[in-house]
Amino acid sequence: MNRSRLLGTAFAVVASIGLATAAQAEVESKDPIKLTLHDWTGQLVTTKIMGSVLQNAGYNVEYVQADYIAQFAGLKTGDLHVAMEMWETTGREAMDEATGTGKVENLGETGMLAVEEWWYPSYMKELCPGLPNWEALNDCAEVFSTPETAPMGRYLGAPVTWGGFDDERVEALELDYEVVHAGTDAALFAELESAYQRKAPILLWVYAPHWAQIKYEGEWIEFPEYTAECYNDPSWGSNEDMAYDCGKPRGPIWKVAWAGVKDKWPGAHAAIKNFTISNDEMAGMIAQIDLEGRDLDAVVADWVKANEATWKGWIGQ
Amino acid sequence: MIALGPYCISRKAAFWLVILAASILLGQYGKDLAAALDAKWLIKFPRELTFPIKDDISRFMAWLVEDAGFGLFSFVDLTRGIAWLIEVPYAFMRGLLIDGLVFGVGNEAVQILPPLSWVAVITVVVAIGRWAGSWILAGFVGACFLYLAAFGEWESAMITLASILIAVPFGVAGGLGLGVAGFKWRWLDRILTPILDLMQTVPVFAYLVPILFLFGFGPVSALVATVIYAMPPMVRVTTLALRAVPAEIDEFSRMTGCTERQRLWRVLIPTALPGLMVGVNQVIMLSLNMVIIASMIGAGGLGYDVLTSLRRLDIGGGLESGVAIVVLAIALDRLSQAMVSRASPAHSEDSRSFLKRHPWLTTCVVVIVGTGLLGLIAPAVQNYPEAAQITTGKIWEDLVGWLNVNFFDQIEAVKTFALIHFMVPVKRLLLELPWPWVLFILTLAGWQLGGLRLACLCFALTAFILSNGLWAKAMITVYLCGVSVVIACLIGIPLGILSAQNDRANRVVQAGIDTLQTLPSFVYLIPVVMLFRVGDFSAMIAVILYALAPAVRYASHGIRSIPPELLEAGIVSGCTRRQLLTRIKLPLAMPEIMLGINQTIMLALSMLVITALVGTRDLGQEVYIALTKADTGRGVVAGLSVAFIAIIADRLISAGAVRARKRLGLN
Repeated sequence: MNRSRLLGTAFAVVASIGLATAAQAEVESKDPIKLTLHDWTGQLVTTKIMGSVLQNAGYNVEYVQADYIAQFAGLKTGDLHVAMEMWETTGREAMDEATGTGKVENLGETGMLAVEEWWYPSYMKELCPGLPNWEALNDCAEVFSTPETAPMGRYLGAPVTWGGFDDERVEALELDYEVVHAGTDAALFAELESAYQRKAPILLWVYAPHWAQIKYEGEWIEFPEYTAECYNDPSWGSNEDMAYDCGKPRGPIWKVAWAGVKDKWPGAHAAIKNFTISNDEMAGMIAQIDLEGRDLDAVVADWVKANEATWKGWIGQ
Repeated sequence: MIALGPYCISRKAAFWLVILAASILLGQYGKDLAAALDAKWLIKFPRELTFPIKDDISRFMAWLVEDAGFGLFSFVDLTRGIAWLIEVPYAFMRGLLIDGLVFGVGNEAVQILPPLSWVAVITVVVAIGRWAGSWILAGFVGACFLYLAAFGEWESAMITLASILIAVPFGVAGGLGLGVAGFKWRWLDRILTPILDLMQTVPVFAYLVPILFLFGFGPVSALVATVIYAMPPMVRVTTLALRAVPAEIDEFSRMTGCTERQRLWRVLIPTALPGLMVGVNQVIMLSLNMVIIASMIGAGGLGYDVLTSLRRLDIGGGLESGVAIVVLAIALDRLSQAMVSRASPAHSEDSRSFLKRHPWLTTCVVVIVGTGLLGLIAPAVQNYPEAAQITTGKIWEDLVGWLNVNFFDQIEAVKTFALIHFMVPVKRLLLELPWPWVLFILTLAGWQLGGLRLACLCFALTAFILSNGLWAKAMITVYLCGVSVVIACLIGIPLGILSAQNDRANRVVQAGIDTLQTLPSFVYLIPVVMLFRVGDFSAMIAVILYALAPAVRYASHGIRSIPPELLEAGIVSGCTRRQLLTRIKLPLAMPEIMLGINQTIMLALSMLVITALVGTRDLGQEVYIALTKADTGRGVVAGLSVAFIAIIADRLISAGAVRARKRLGLN
């Protein structure tokens, strides 16, 4: 057994060197392409899938932990190369600033649609039958209130850094609610978990794709649908004098890269541009990891195995 | 000597009571007063008078990153050079503990030699434990590391260990160097002191962004931030320890004709060693405190596990990773302590062979090579088998769930009571206090306690916060920190008194506060949110838990260090136990207790940045927003404001403690 294992190791070493030289012919540069990892599961899955596909195409890939917004400093200088998830809803401002300098390039949509909206668990419908229509919210303000906010209802908003104009929305739509901002999304979902265990009233900001949709039953509040005019033009909508009298925009999740990627690794550049995945596929994988506790890398490997035809298309094979 | 009794009110105390009453009245009716005088500017600092410097700082930073240079090379080249200096040993350490010896980069890398197996690492720490201390220590340290393996935290723990093993030597060496320089040249010491104050009080989040710009992305930036955070105590301790070397020893070194270098390295530093080791211990502890924050900018390891577990609401997983950090901290702490108290070896001629003289070294080498080879056949020797891993995750989740479902109403009632009758009134009072009054009171207090210099300092620092337009946020900071400190002292000082008088209670209390201080606060923050909801109350609980320790420690230490003659004098003159406590022990321990309160304030302020993660609206949140938006200037200004609040509180209380000492005739 000893010998066979040693032989196996030796073989693996030789094979990998062999593979490396074989791949050398195909790809433009063997310098590692640095993909950034953030701290939510969906982003890790997207990035690891892209990384595995690039590896299969013969590229050298390295994963780097970086902050969602602070990474742009690295993407501009070429310290970092690819960021796989930049949400329209939270990252647009920073992304536009970066692409404006010409040092960062937008590589198009990932195919996933970001949804961010007010959300409530299904059991709240019994206490507030008018839901999901937003006009029912004021009738139920008392139901959603807590001692600190009474008689106003309590709406748990996202961390202030995520934007979203909820304070303005409450004012424009004349909702009898107080907006309380959570500091992180861990705190946000901790409150949801707590309320859900007790079947207690809660109204909060939830985003998709995320495991919460799978673990908890609930619905989005239906606000007047978002249009660009609603945010820019006060006269639009039910409130003549204020903007933001509508729901939040639903937007794509973008891929961005250092502008130099196109020249240094043209093939990888094309592959990243081609990458798409759907909300449902992603939600399924997130559920496997966060709810069933499966290993992230195993889930990614399964996807890569099952979707060979798809990703072969991205790398032009 | 003035009467020790606390019941005697001096004229000065009466004066401050009047001031306090006036403040409460102004806070209550400030708004009405401002309205009556038609002077809204009394409450709200007029925008025209602010001259924010945050944009200037951001511009300076951009210049530093893009243009600054020294002719031959740019400033960024210099910082990247430093980054490289740190990266090389870090890569080596990672190779040793995690990656093995690899050739190549990225996924093309080929492993040539495996990393140290878990058996080998445990053997090494046990050997160090035995060599530095006793078999008991060795067993204890071994058990700590076995915990890491058994709970499936091994790889993350080794990543964290690798960064600690790099950050600590850099912190110690840097601190020692600066401390020695400060000891040699008084003027340098005078420049260093305020810089060290800032390093310790500016929240880490505030300088993470500039560090990322200068040192690049990845673990090196995290290491630099860790070193900056962990070094100051080493500098201070070094200077103090060197000054405390008895003059006779120093004179002896001169008489024997030592050169300057010999005097420093052969005489002063060895004599000051026990003091220096206190600094080393602090560097280790503070480095481990940084693990969570460092993982936010790419250090990985246990901190990252805590963060991701809690994002999944996996409370048990977060707790296990958090406890792994505590375990690592305790093991490293005990080892470093033992190494100091180890008797230096006698210089005897030993004719035995090398192997016999160094049994532990030999054992370690044999085990490392042996397990390395064995690992090729039996993977369980190389990596702890997954099947043997244990987890308690589900238990903790169920416990919090059970508390939540069954006791939420009671918890809610307590919380509502505290909010309505204590927290909200204080908050309103502080927010409606006219700013000129606050500025006046702080300056006056500075003048009364420390003379003209302190008065000027208080005035200038308060004016900085005002002129940057952060007044309201600063007042919320003061409120949140204030109520937490009051409650922490109400709990902590009695606990300290109890543990000073009862040895058994002392052991329990000490273990409790040690754990609270090293357990990353994020671990208990999420369960606290589940039970108390997002808001000021959750933040307050987290701050109290974290800031309790110094209140307990200093109160306990203060009472224990009262000269026994004074206690005997009390007993002889017929004091009851109660009188002994209230008339002798407490007044005499008061200066120490005040220092404890001072430290509690410092810790509470440093914790406020963390509580921004559960949604507060204070300066901590301002710093956190700046971090997520990568806005250097905004972060630095808000960070400095936090630091200035800390410095004002520190200087006033220290000055008060000095006066109290003098009055009591202690020194």
